[in-house]
Formats: sequence, structure tokens, C-alpha cells
Amino acid sequence: MQTLVAYVENKPGVLNRVSSLARRLAINIDSLTVGPTENEEIARMTIVAHTDAKGAHRLEASLEKLVDVLLAENISDRSLLERDLALIKVAADQQSRPHLMDLLKVFRGRVVDVAPDSLIVEVSGTVDKIDGLLEVLRPYGVLEMARTGRIAMTRGGDLLQPPNDAVEPEAAAKS
Amino acid sequence: MKLTGAEILCETLEHLGVKEIFGYPGGAILPVYDALGKSKLHHILVRHEQGATHMADGYARASGGVGVAMATSGPGATNMVTGIATAMLDSSPVVCITGQVGSKLLGSDAFQEIDITGITMPITKHNVVVSRAEDIARTVREAFVIAKSGRPGPVLVDITKDAQQASAEFDWDKCTPKLPPKRRRASYDKAEFDRAIELLNSSKRPLILAGHGIMISGAMKAFADFVHAGHFPVAMTLLGIGAFPANDPLNLGMMGMHGEAWVNHAIQEADLLIAVGMRFDDRVTGDLRTYAKSAKKIHIEIDRAEINKNVKVDAALVGDAREVLEALEPHMEKTARPDWHARIKEMQGDSAVRDIQSLPDTGHLYAAHVINDLWKETNGDAIVVTDVGQHQMWEAQYYHHNKPRTLITSGGLGTMGFALPAAIGAKFAKPDADVWVVVGDGGFQMTMSELATIVQEKIKINIAIINNGYLGMVRQWQEFFYDKRYVATPLVAPDFAALANAFGIRGERITARADVVPTIRSARECKESVLIDFRVEQEDSVYPMVPAGASLHEMIRRPNNPLVETSAEP
Repeated sequence: MQTLVAYVENKPGVLNRVSSLARRLAINIDSLTVGPTENEEIARMTIVAHTDAKGAHRLEASLEKLVDVLLAENISDRSLLERDLALIKVAADQQSRPHLMDLLKVFRGRVVDVAPDSLIVEVSGTVDKIDGLLEVLRPYGVLEMARTGRIAMTRGGDLLQPPNDAVEPEAAAKS
Repeated sequence: MKLTGAEILCETLEHLGVKEIFGYPGGAILPVYDALGKSKLHHILVRHEQGATHMADGYARASGGVGVAMATSGPGATNMVTGIATAMLDSSPVVCITGQVGSKLLGSDAFQEIDITGITMPITKHNVVVSRAEDIARTVREAFVIAKSGRPGPVLVDITKDAQQASAEFDWDKCTPKLPPKRRRASYDKAEFDRAIELLNSSKRPLILAGHGIMISGAMKAFADFVHAGHFPVAMTLLGIGAFPANDPLNLGMMGMHGEAWVNHAIQEADLLIAVGMRFDDRVTGDLRTYAKSAKKIHIEIDRAEINKNVKVDAALVGDAREVLEALEPHMEKTARPDWHARIKEMQGDSAVRDIQSLPDTGHLYAAHVINDLWKETNGDAIVVTDVGQHQMWEAQYYHHNKPRTLITSGGLGTMGFALPAAIGAKFAKPDADVWVVVGDGGFQMTMSELATIVQEKIKINIAIINNGYLGMVRQWQEFFYDKRYVATPLVAPDFAALANAFGIRGERITARADVVPTIRSARECKESVLIDFRVEQEDSVYPMVPAGASLHEMIRRPNNPLVETSAEP
């Protein structure tokens, strides 16, 4: 599994170009998240792909060939922080609710909605942590789940910022 | 100045230096055609939109500039797809302009509405829909920048009908391209550069693999200087032909599936390959597991995505070929490497000096004869535009190109039907050039309707049909790999000479060797286009041949045959 970060133009069709490229390269995307950045014209993507380092290089370099991709970087080998967020609706009655609460404490999950027969748990963390919570919730009955997919960021001074200098068009298309 | 979107488009194209547009009108592009009629732009009416894209492609390849094709929405646009893909695979700068239904109708499955930007996303370098007149000028200028810069490629601009009709302010100075700010990557570090120099100067058996990128970069002189500085033997890719003169003693000829045998053997024996502006296509490498096992590799390439894609390299110099070669050249130590050059000579045997024309006349007409005669008669100065198949490989083997942009051929996509329209484009790019179409009887029948375009435009092109009554290359594969079961390859063709006459073009049919040269001469002297139907040997094959997936040195060689093969047994 390889993790890439990309800064892209925040406009229609860009997600399609990125995912279409991965499809063309026969690279299966495990998760792809897009969100705004400080600059409203630029969006940030975290792409987690089922491929090896060679495939990730090809994906990274090919992404940067897209006009709307400002920067793409394979950060798999860097020291990085990853987070996944999940909302899990789990069956819960009077009896099981206290047990669930105890479990959630261990996983630092929060109950964000309570209904007579179920509750919604919000949990964030690494994929492993969320998978771990899921495993222990399953016996109670997982009714529904939504996950965001991973977002990732390199640690400390290892900055990955969008290029903001106005590059000459010739140089832009060349680089 | 207030203009309609259609007028803005024409003004912008004129400002960009466009003289010719290859296109076909239709409802959704009609406002542009109305404006075209009032502009200085010359519109060439094609007979099929695929032809328009091939013409724009041929124009781009012959001129080094950008070719422009135009079509209406829906079927007009989808007909362009093959031509766009052809340009994409061969890095050719083509700008396609398509009409689109009005923006209010988008997504409604309106008459002749199709999502052409969706369709062409994987086969264009970039594409864009424009739905406001005020965005047309900037977008078209951006399209030209994108098509031409870096590794070139096709760009499609889809303009809605209402954007063509609406009015907007046009000011050339204010509509400058505004492309997203891109990260500037360092092309290579000093260590990589030093490693390349170390490899180059310590190599005993180096070989350069010269590709299309040399021409795109305009690096012909830098390349020749580099080659001579290091006294490197050079092998050409199909699209690289012309980038380095065929008559230079260091030019060994073409590599790959139908490359010269000694070139493929030299690649397998080399201790260093220097790949310049080429991408280690499967047609040049054969089986990657056995490819150039004893060679270190240096890759000079502008497209970072090509590095280590097929062949793992020891030094990658990402950048413009001319800049990289100019940086390397002063560091080259001129080493004679007599043993290596002698070894290559030995592999070459006497085949390079053997003249196929001096062989006894067996009464058979071989395609190689025709092409070799064409080369001699045109002094190697013609622009030859080929189609795809056996004749294409024979052209590459027997027509020796000394000048860049004189062989125009569909390499990457291998598009049959390319030759005739691409030659029309090339003729517009180089009106004074002697343009020859070399095409098979199969490919010619795919786009022969463009003969009418030649007549309508009153241009002079010579067409040599290498007619063997088969889809020859496929027949050859059936002969070699399917026990001669010729399924769907025998091909009925019309009387091409009579067909030419029907279009108003002079047509000839040649069956004897002795008539080849006189007919080529008289075609060249004729002021109008001439079509010559060369009835050649039906079941001749292209040799040598590396079967698909075989190792590069495992070539099928020409069996005992009156026609001497191009290469000698090593």
C-alpha cells in the first residue's frame, strides 16, 4: 500500500482526471480523500493505492503531468501521520450499552447519537485502530458504517505545501 | 473590441500564427464557420473528421508547430478520437476544436450532444469545455502552450454553441495564458549527472538509442556533437529516424522488432545504453527479462513518468534533450573504442554495402525495390508519410533519411489510415517539399476518401500504394505463428488507378521492376498529384523479425530468397 499526497486545482472534473489516471495505469485505489486547503482554489488529496514503489512513482509522475495537478508526492517512506474517521451505528439495548461504553473508552471513541436500540460511535485514528474497534463491536451488531478514508501528513518540519509562485506558463507545462 | 466568441476564436488562432485549419462543419460549430469565412484562416474541408486530426498531426510533425483540427459536436467529435489517440501516443502537438451544444442543453442528451471531454480524457494531454465567450481566447492560448511544451500532445477545446454566439471583449494582451502554478522539480542532481559521465567515459561498448525526443527538442545539432564527441554508435527508434543522418558512419540504423539484425545484436552486447528521448517501447525491447543484460543504462528523457517504467536505469537525466546533451558534451572523452566498432562492423558483415538493386532481376517486384528506388530517385529528400504495416517497416529499412521531420509515421498507436491525411497536413506545412505517401492496400482503403480533399485543395502529393493483396503484416503473423491460416487477410481492392482517375487524379499501375523508376520520375515531374499502384510480391515478409515477447536477439531471419535481407548473419 502506498500513500500519495496531491495538491490539485479545486474545480470540477479534477477528481475524475485523477481517478481515471489511476484506472488507466491499472492501479487500484484503496482510498482517496479530497478536501479544501487554506487556499480556496487548491484542494488536497490523499491517495492510498494498492501498488508497489514502482507503481507509486509512475502514479506520482503521471499525476504531475496533469495540468490541474500542482504537485504529487509519494510519502509512503516518510515519517507520517495518518488518520481515518469512522461513524459506526451499532445495535445497543439497555443491557449492552454499558459494555459498549467501556469498550469505547479504550478506543477513545465518542458516542454522538443515542437511540433506543442503537447508538452512533465516532472514532478517529489509524486504520488499524478503527479496524480493531470494529472487530470488538461486531458481536454487538454493526448496523451501518461510514469511513472517510485516510488523510495523511508528514511529521515535523517535513513540509509539503502547494506551490504558490506564479510560474511562467512555458515552465509550468514543462516541469 | 467587442466580438462574438466565434470571431474571438478566429482572431486568437490568427494571433497564434495559425494559417490552416483542417475540419468539417456541423450544427454546433456553425457560428465558428461563419466567422472563419470572414477571417484570413484557410479551412481545408476534409472528408472525415479522423482525416482532419491526422492532417493536423501530419502538419505538426512536418512543421514542428501546432496543427489545428476542427469538428462539430457528437459524431464529428467522436470521429476525431482515433486521430487524437494517434497524436497522443506519438507526442504530437495537435489542438482540436469541437463545437458543443448550448450550455443550457448540456447533460440533456440533446441532438449531437456527446461528452467528448469525458471520452478523450485518457487520450489528450489536456481537454476543457468552454461555455463563456470571454474564456475562449485565454483557453485556446493555454491549449497551444500545453500542446507544445514539455512532452507535446493533443489538447481538445470543446466550445458550446452559446459561447460561440455570445459577445465579449477581445484584447490579445489581456487574455494571456493562466495555467496553474506547478511545482518545479530539479531535473537531476549533480551526483546523477556525474554518474552518467563516469558511465559514458568508462564504457567500452556504448550504444545510443536515439528517439523522437531529439526532434521534439530540436536537439539535432547537440545530439550530433555529443555522438561525435564520444564516438558513439547510434541506433534509431522508428520515430527517431531523421534525428541523426542515416549517412553518418556512426548511424547503424533502426532497432527493434524489425530493426537491423546487427543493431539488435549490438544492443544485446553493449555495456552501456544511452537512451535519448525514447521510451523503451515493447516493440524496441522485446522480452524485458533478457533485454541488454550486460548494459548499464542512462536515460535522457523529459517525461519523468517514463523513467524506470519498462527498463530500470542506472542514471536518469530528466530534462530537455538538447539541454542535457549540451551539458554532457564537454565532458565526453573521445575514445576510439576500435574493438567495439570492429565488432559491430563484423556483425554488420557486408550487408550495408550490398545494394538490393544490383541483384539479378527475378521478374518479381518486391516492396523493398520500390522503396529503395524511391529513396534513390528522391535523393532521400522527400517527406515520406507512411501508413502502418509491412510497407512502413520496409520504408524504415530502405529509405534512408538524413533530415529531421522527413519520415512521418504512426508509431505508438499504429493507426492504419494515417498516411494519406497526414501527408495532406505535411504538404500544407511544407508546400515546397516532395511529399510521398507510402501506404498499403489495406490502410489506403481506410481513408482514401481524402483523395477528394487533395483535388479540392489542388495540392501535389505522390501516392505509392504497396499493393500485395493482403493485410500484409497480419498475414505475416499468420504465416509465422498461425500455420499460414490466412483468416480475414486476403483483401479485395478496387482498381486504384481507375479510382484515382474517378477523383480526377492521375493513376498508374506498375507490375514490373523496370517500370518503377520511370514512373517515379514522371510522377515527380507531374504538377498534379499522382497515384501509383505498385503490385508487389504477395507473400513477402519483413525480416528480420523479433516475435512479440521474444528476446531481442532471437530474430526470425529471411530464408533463402532471391532478395537479400538487409542484414547479414552475425
